[in-house]
Amino acid sequence: MQLARVIGNVVSTVKNKSLRGRKIMIVQNLDEKLEPVGQPLVALDAAGCGMGELVFWCRGKEAAFPFKRDPTPTDCTIVAIVDSDEHVNNFELKTKN
Amino acid sequence: MRIARILGTVVSTQKDERLRGKKLLVVKPINIDGSDRDDYVVAVDTVGAGFHERVLIVGGSSARMAEGNKDCPVDTAIVGVIDSIELTKPDKKK
Repeated sequence: MQLARVIGNVVSTVKNKSLRGRKIMIVQNLDEKLEPVGQPLVALDAAGCGMGELVFWCRGKEAAFPFKRDPTPTDCTIVAIVDSDEHVNNFELKTKN
Repeated sequence: MRIARILGTVVSTQKDERLRGKKLLVVKPINIDGSDRDDYVVAVDTVGAGFHERVLIVGGSSARMAEGNKDCPVDTAIVGVIDSIELTKPDKKK
């Protein structure tokens, strides 16, 4: 799982049945100092996040676990919202970010 | 999941019987600004995407979770057609 910032969302009406009613977000991966790194990703939202929030996502088959009942075709799902940027404590950093 | 655009189709009559009746499309993953990425993928279309501009693809074993792909030798599936993409404005402070 990695930290990411929600930077956008994708609107899709024609989609797989089990994706109906689910938000599809665009997230920008962050490194341990909460700096953007790498390419943005598309992730299914299972935590109810909004634009600009700090979240972390889960990849692979486990990404479908939050939707236990119906088989959901997702390989990247936002599983948690971090309370705030200050709630990421990097002890190596002298100053808190 | 990734955003992709449809390059074309693949027609195959001799294939694993579990792939019978599935539409195989050649798709190219793109960045959110629309520029192409370097690879391409053959994906099973589960939503009748046709030649719409942009689609949503899912990879790995999760592709088998798409409708009708149960127990199919598939590692990439098109699971949605994209209507629009909205982005937050890059924040000034960083």
